[in-house]
Amino acid sequence: MNPANYLYLSALLFTIGAAGVLIRRNAIVVFMCVELMLNACNLAFVTFSRLHGNLDGQVIAFFTMVVAAAEVVVGLAIIVSIFRSRHSASVDDANLMKL
Amino acid sequence: MSFPLLTVTAVVPAAGAVITAAVPAARKTAAKYTALLFSLATLVLAIVALVRFDPDGDRYQLTESHAWIKDFGLRYELGVDGIAVTLIALTALLIPFVMLAGWHDADPLEDTNRRWRPTQGFFALILLVEAMVVLSFEATDVFLFYIFFEAMLIPMYFLIGGFGDRAHAGGEEEAARQRSYAAVKFLLYNLAGGLIMLAAVIGLYTVTADQLGTGTFSLQEILAARGAGKLDIATDTERWLFLGFFFAFAVKAPLWPLHTWLPNAMGESTAPVAVLITAVVDKVGTFAMLRFCLQLFPDASKWATPVILVLAVISIIYGALLAVGQRDIKRLIAYASVSHFGFIILGIFAMTSQGQSGATLYMVNHGISTAALMLVAGFLITRRGSRLIADFGGVQKVAPVLAGTFLIGGLATLSLPGLAPFVSEFLVLVGTFSRYPVLGIIATLGIVLAALYVLVLYQRTMTGPVKAGIEGMADLKARELLVVAPLIALLLFLGVYPKPITDIVNPSVHHTLSDVHKTDPKPALEAKK
Amino acid sequence: METLIGLLVAAPLLGAGVLLTGGRRLDRTGHLLGTLLSLLSFVFGAVLFVNMLGKDADQRALHSHLFTWVPVDGFQAQVGFQLDQLSMTFVLLITGVGTLIHVYSIGYMAHDERRRRFFGYLNLFLAAMLLLVLADNYFLLYAGWEGVGLASYLLIGFWQHKPSAATAAKKAFIVNRVGDIGLSVAIMLMFTTFGSFAFADVLPKAQDASATQHATVTGIGFMLLLAACGKSAQVPLQSWLGDAMEGPTPVSALIHAATMVTAGVYLITRSGAIFNAAPDAQTAVVTVGAVTLLFGAIVGCAKDDIKKALAGSTMSQIGYMIMAAGLGPIGYVFAIMHLVTHGFFKAGLFLGAGSVMHGMNDEVDMRRYGGLRKYMPITFITFGLGYLAIIGFPGLSGFFSKDKIIEAAYAKGGTEGWILGSAALLGAAITAFYMTRVMLMTFFGEKRWQPDAEGHEPHPHESPSSMTIPMIILAFGSVFAGALFSLNSRFVHWLEPVTGHSEGDSPVSAGTVTAATMVCLVIGVGIAWLMYGRRSVPAVAPRGSLLTRAARRDLLQDDFNHVVLVRGGEHLTRTLVYLDHSLVDGVVNGTAASVGGLSGRLRKLQNGYVRSYAVSMLGGTAVLVAATLLMRAV
Repeated sequence: MNPANYLYLSALLFTIGAAGVLIRRNAIVVFMCVELMLNACNLAFVTFSRLHGNLDGQVIAFFTMVVAAAEVVVGLAIIVSIFRSRHSASVDDANLMKL
Repeated sequence: MSFPLLTVTAVVPAAGAVITAAVPAARKTAAKYTALLFSLATLVLAIVALVRFDPDGDRYQLTESHAWIKDFGLRYELGVDGIAVTLIALTALLIPFVMLAGWHDADPLEDTNRRWRPTQGFFALILLVEAMVVLSFEATDVFLFYIFFEAMLIPMYFLIGGFGDRAHAGGEEEAARQRSYAAVKFLLYNLAGGLIMLAAVIGLYTVTADQLGTGTFSLQEILAARGAGKLDIATDTERWLFLGFFFAFAVKAPLWPLHTWLPNAMGESTAPVAVLITAVVDKVGTFAMLRFCLQLFPDASKWATPVILVLAVISIIYGALLAVGQRDIKRLIAYASVSHFGFIILGIFAMTSQGQSGATLYMVNHGISTAALMLVAGFLITRRGSRLIADFGGVQKVAPVLAGTFLIGGLATLSLPGLAPFVSEFLVLVGTFSRYPVLGIIATLGIVLAALYVLVLYQRTMTGPVKAGIEGMADLKARELLVVAPLIALLLFLGVYPKPITDIVNPSVHHTLSDVHKTDPKPALEAKK
Repeated sequence: METLIGLLVAAPLLGAGVLLTGGRRLDRTGHLLGTLLSLLSFVFGAVLFVNMLGKDADQRALHSHLFTWVPVDGFQAQVGFQLDQLSMTFVLLITGVGTLIHVYSIGYMAHDERRRRFFGYLNLFLAAMLLLVLADNYFLLYAGWEGVGLASYLLIGFWQHKPSAATAAKKAFIVNRVGDIGLSVAIMLMFTTFGSFAFADVLPKAQDASATQHATVTGIGFMLLLAACGKSAQVPLQSWLGDAMEGPTPVSALIHAATMVTAGVYLITRSGAIFNAAPDAQTAVVTVGAVTLLFGAIVGCAKDDIKKALAGSTMSQIGYMIMAAGLGPIGYVFAIMHLVTHGFFKAGLFLGAGSVMHGMNDEVDMRRYGGLRKYMPITFITFGLGYLAIIGFPGLSGFFSKDKIIEAAYAKGGTEGWILGSAALLGAAITAFYMTRVMLMTFFGEKRWQPDAEGHEPHPHESPSSMTIPMIILAFGSVFAGALFSLNSRFVHWLEPVTGHSEGDSPVSAGTVTAATMVCLVIGVGIAWLMYGRRSVPAVAPRGSLLTRAARRDLLQDDFNHVVLVRGGEHLTRTLVYLDHSLVDGVVNGTAASVGGLSGRLRKLQNGYVRSYAVSMLGGTAVLVAATLLMRAV
């Protein structure tokens, strides 16, 4: 199978994720879209690893997964606490961080 | 390896700052005594350095040199010449007086918040400033100097902004606003100067890297390389680099028209902090002109001399005229300082041994005399709760000792013979006159204006009938007398016998003058023969 | 002997130090200590004087080097003393009159709670004045010069609670500072020209300065004259002296009559070699002297305040001395001789005035006096002798010294001599007029005093003996000093080795000058008697002629100063304060404000919406990627 197809898939997933981040209001959905983008990148890394025949890409993919996991922990905690205080999970309602 | 006296002289106050800051909130008296003890220890070390310094020996003594960041040619290099060691002694001498004078300035108004520790902070910050200033006097590596030159801004910023004058006409809120304005202005002016200097410092590094193979910031290496003919900075480059350095020092000094931060900073801060600014921190600026501008860029210094001299004379006259027009005691003293810094810079760039010895002596004397005047003014302001001249009158009737010490401080400021500043002022004038007669004569007008602003201030505050709000004003207390009396004694002593200082300073001035290839003009009569 | 010179200065200095720092403990004994130390200084002076008399005329000068004051490359200022005949004369005058005035002040200041300080200041003055006349170089002289200025400031403003006294003190110091510029610049010129400012170096070199240095020497002369004008209250820097009368009367007697104000005469005489080599400067000196002697006399005629009338007179008499000093070797000796006799009679007159005020509840307006001779006989007699001395009554001191100056003025020769001589003669007539006026208004006529604001009727009475004894001693001096000095030209021989002396050939004989002086004297006294003796004196001053009104206001010089210097200065400083805030500070603040405005606009981008941040991130990334690709492609 042509490895380029994996790259096309990766680009497609990344675009879907990015569009989701920009369009959706629900924080959880936005979050999942971010994960989608990260995983799209992972796919690309692994593909390139295969293409070039070295392990660097796969190592990076593991890093990304760890970071993503950490991010989920912190991010979900923030979302939950915002939901508790404002009874909404919409990202447009949380706009207090401005000058 | 010999005992690193210079490092220790700076480390002691720095360590004192840390320890003072760590004293528990409830023990504020203990914090004060701790800080005082450390400042006295620093004074002892500074005196040891002064005694161990041999005026007839090498140019830089008590040197220490260690590699720091090899890749960038940074070195930890310390060393003092006669000028630096004298100024270190001045700094170390003034700090205990500043602390004693500000003994109650940072007491918390009420003990509501147990974790709130302003007293510890105030005294720790003063010690921190002392450490930075001492290190800037000691550093012979340009980059090392730059670091401390900038680092001292941070504690100063908090001292100005955090511990302002409690006596304010506009009430608590207005006071806080003015104070933060003054602190930010102080920081921005000096940072701007520092940034331009940083560019020049890096420029200097690239020039040395270009010509010597390895870049260096070390003053002694650069001087040695130039002496051996290996380093020859192109005229244009030298001028730009000089201007970069000079700008930073002129802001710090301050020279007209970069002076406007000083009246704000001195006006809004408490009297001891104002003394710290004008008598200690600002001296680094004039000192650095002597050490770095003249030594690193002798030709550019000579090129810029005419403009600088004119600016200095403008400072003298302008500062004095503005002092006459002030309504606020502290701002008046601040403008008087602008005038005095004009004299110092005039003396440095007149490039005569009288001028430069006079300028160095002036730095010391101005430190002592302004400290005396400003601290007494501070006692006065604290008592009345106002710094407007119009709120005072007839103080000598109720507090004669306070009035007397204030007058002596004032007389020192107007350079009365017998008090220390006279000798230095006259030396600067003679040194200037022998090369630039016209500028010398214009600068001499400053002595009339000085008499005017000092005596008008004295007349309005101290003489005449006793004004409302002055009755029952207490005379100086023992602690306050302990601050003022030694300063006055020193003013009298140095006014009659400045030889101990001139003996240390003269050889260094000689070195500096030979750096710029200048010799004193001969008397007209001898020149003919 | 040399050590004694140092002790001469040290004694009063010690007194000042002890009295000013000693605190209340010394309140009860301080005045005695001060007087004792002043007397001690006089005794030292007398011992030195006797010792000096025992030596040959040309070996009398003593030198004493103490230490190096300012040691800087090329600029070596020494603390060293030089005691020659000129200094000796001053030492005796200063310590002698000084001691008498200390004694007088014990009585005069008896009720002042700050008497200890007063004596401290007096001692400080003595020390500074002695330093001034004993210094062997101009730099040290400058220290004494400013020192007496300080003492004068402190003493004029002694009653600081009076705003007028505080203002007068400040004015005196500042006007003196203007003169001090002259002395500073003179010292700098000496340093750059001769490489030194010691008398022993400068004066001989100035004498044989070549033509190229001629301009410099003239410049030094002018600068020294400026200094002398400030200290000796000569036109145009005379305005402070009248106001200085705000000080306690003993101060006026000692500082503003007998000693400090004559420092200018000392300076010019001491620098004789410089002036001899600079004829232009000499012309300026005689002009200043002549103008001031008339100016002061005219002002003295119009004042109703007894002390201010005497102040005008002081100004005028010093004008005589300055003029004589400007005449060169024909005048130096007589300038100093008049200075000494003037020291006696003017101090006596001031002490007399003080005694009158003491008995009259500090009233100074002569229109409120009248007929006091019956109440204060000793004051009347001593004051009267001083009066006769100052107008130059034959046989009394003033007669000898003033006559010599007028003769010397004519001896200058040419038109200049005639103008100067005539001015001096005219001055003598006016002197006779205003002094007779003072005498008549105070001691003769009917009594005119009234209860003061609080209803206290003055009870004129004679002063205590601590005050009258100094007056009597000074009166002796006023009567006999002139004759004593003139006998066998004793004073000329005494000073000649220092100042040099030559007899000018006068176009007018000495007898004629004396006769003319007598005529002037009679005219002056006569007019005064017609105006104030025959008619009764109105208790309120009449409006008077234009000249009288101008003279009451010090010939409008104060008004000129006020309008041009004070007002002008105020406007200048106010403008500068405004400009400093709006222009110098404004430029910087303007820059800060525009940066602030820009950031305000940028702030709008921070709207707090996560999605807009995400868009900008995406856009930014896209731009970066595009840029990278483009760079690749190129």
